[in-house]
Amino acid sequence: MGETMTKNDVYILGIETSCDETAAAIVKNGTEVVSNVVASQIESHKRFGGVVPEVASRHHVEQITMVLEETFQQANMTAEEMDAITVTEGPGLVGALLVGVNTAKALAFAKHKPLIGVHHIAGHIYANRLVKEFRFPLLALVVSGGHTELIVMHEHGSFEVIGETRDDAAGEAYDKVARTLKLPYPGGPHMDRLAAEGEVNIDFPRAWLEDGSYDFSFSGLKSSVINTLHNAAQRKEILRDEDVAASFQASVVDVLAEKTYRAAQQYDVKQVIVAGGVAANKGLRKALNTKFADAKQELLIPPLELCTDNAAMIAAAGTVAYQQGHRAGWDLNANPSLDLERYGKRESKQ
Amino acid sequence: MNILAIDTSNQVMGIAILKDGLLAGEYTTNAKKNHSVRLMPAIDQLMKETEMTPKQLDQIVVAKGPGSYTGVRIGLTTAKTMGWALNIPVTGVSSLKALALQAQLTNAAICPFFDARRGLVYTGLYKNKDGTLTLEENEVNILFTEWLKKLADRGEPVVFLSPDIELHRPVITDYMKDLAIIPELVSHYPRAGYLAEAGAMEESEPVHALTPEYLRLVEAEAKWLEQQGKN
Ligand SMILES: [Zn+2]
Repeated sequence: MGETMTKNDVYILGIETSCDETAAAIVKNGTEVVSNVVASQIESHKRFGGVVPEVASRHHVEQITMVLEETFQQANMTAEEMDAITVTEGPGLVGALLVGVNTAKALAFAKHKPLIGVHHIAGHIYANRLVKEFRFPLLALVVSGGHTELIVMHEHGSFEVIGETRDDAAGEAYDKVARTLKLPYPGGPHMDRLAAEGEVNIDFPRAWLEDGSYDFSFSGLKSSVINTLHNAAQRKEILRDEDVAASFQASVVDVLAEKTYRAAQQYDVKQVIVAGGVAANKGLRKALNTKFADAKQELLIPPLELCTDNAAMIAAAGTVAYQQGHRAGWDLNANPSLDLERYGKRESKQ
Repeated sequence: MNILAIDTSNQVMGIAILKDGLLAGEYTTNAKKNHSVRLMPAIDQLMKETEMTPKQLDQIVVAKGPGSYTGVRIGLTTAKTMGWALNIPVTGVSSLKALALQAQLTNAAICPFFDARRGLVYTGLYKNKDGTLTLEENEVNILFTEWLKKLADRGEPVVFLSPDIELHRPVITDYMKDLAIIPELVSHYPRAGYLAEAGAMEESEPVHALTPEYLRLVEAEAKWLEQQGKN
């Protein structure tokens, strides 16, 4: 690393343990992944059909130092060379977050490094900066198992939430419908695969909500799918799973793509960014690509490994926080319901 | 030999620093407050007051449970990460043993325990054998009445130690009659100085392999195992 390291380069370690991935990464200048390690627990949670928080926390403790070691080894760097230690502070599962937060504190303390807490969703958005530099104002569509949000950014580190789900997150609706179709956990990717083979022949509802609203609602759609399946079973009618998945997906993707498009025009943004685990969904990628084909906005969808939870995105968002002077104290705590707008407006302390 | 000892496994939060084998500082609180928020500021303060820097540490000792799942993880995560970062050994000591050390000079058997709700306790039985505290009965998560019956059957005096002693005093005297020895109240709270001392004499594991001692499966896991057994 020695020769290529100039004095102005900033190296940030990111740690992420908000759900079921134990992850650490090193990012250079907020834009370049140096190393990125994710230890997934999916195999362990599969037997329960979903993430069991206490099991997730237990795995995090078992994995975290190994993940750190691997991260530094891959980068051929040491903790001494880091400019700061950044960590997901929230939102997420509290017990899981606590492992990451205490790891970050212990490492920062042992090595006399600045400590910085990062918002998980800010991380998902900043995953895109590892692919391409931001141009403001930009619009971010964040879609994951826990989130469905439209966020406008006017500058680095500031976030205006213009729309969010009023009930289920898009990813949550996917998982619940997948469970009804008896697909293995995690259901999202299986739904996506089935949808690609099916036909959109069931007219499921689309919740547009009031005129001009950028909020989302997916619980009505989810219930409609479950009712349709139930009624069909009673009438001994056979619905193809592929068609149910395709029709459900069309309903979700229509609303997501249309609202994102409208918001992009209204806020006159330069870029549209898609972030979060559901950004891996092929149906959504296709719909957005079509929608924005002739639009003046540039559409950015990160590669799959940066869509799902990882620590490179935390280090990327953490780099901006570091450069803006944010520093956490040794009393940094996990905050399972950390608010994104308030996080963006927090006072920096040196 | 400089040692940092950490115990956040139960409500009592304890930190101690041994400098050249001598107790340089100790911090103990017994408050219903968040260990995650308070642990690192307390370590920082105690390190400053004892004029110790992380680099000067030779070993970290941590109470590895049983206790509050979250509390155990906060201590262990902190200890493992510091140990890994500083490249020094980390020693996990049973939280029950750490408590039993409060009575290590007695010749009677020592029963440390933590309340685990619904009549259950985390407990074990220790005894001083030629100056070292050794395990007489394995640590378990058990109905306290069942455990007490077992202890009463041994027919020898037992020292009971627990931060939850008042909750269980009646049932202890009920089962143990005059075989029960219950010391004054301050002895019922573990002290990190003893933990440090015990850790100095125990083997340390490779840091990656060090895991909490929960003494209990996650409920979902227990159910899953039960299901597997039926199939
Ligand atoms: Zn996420």
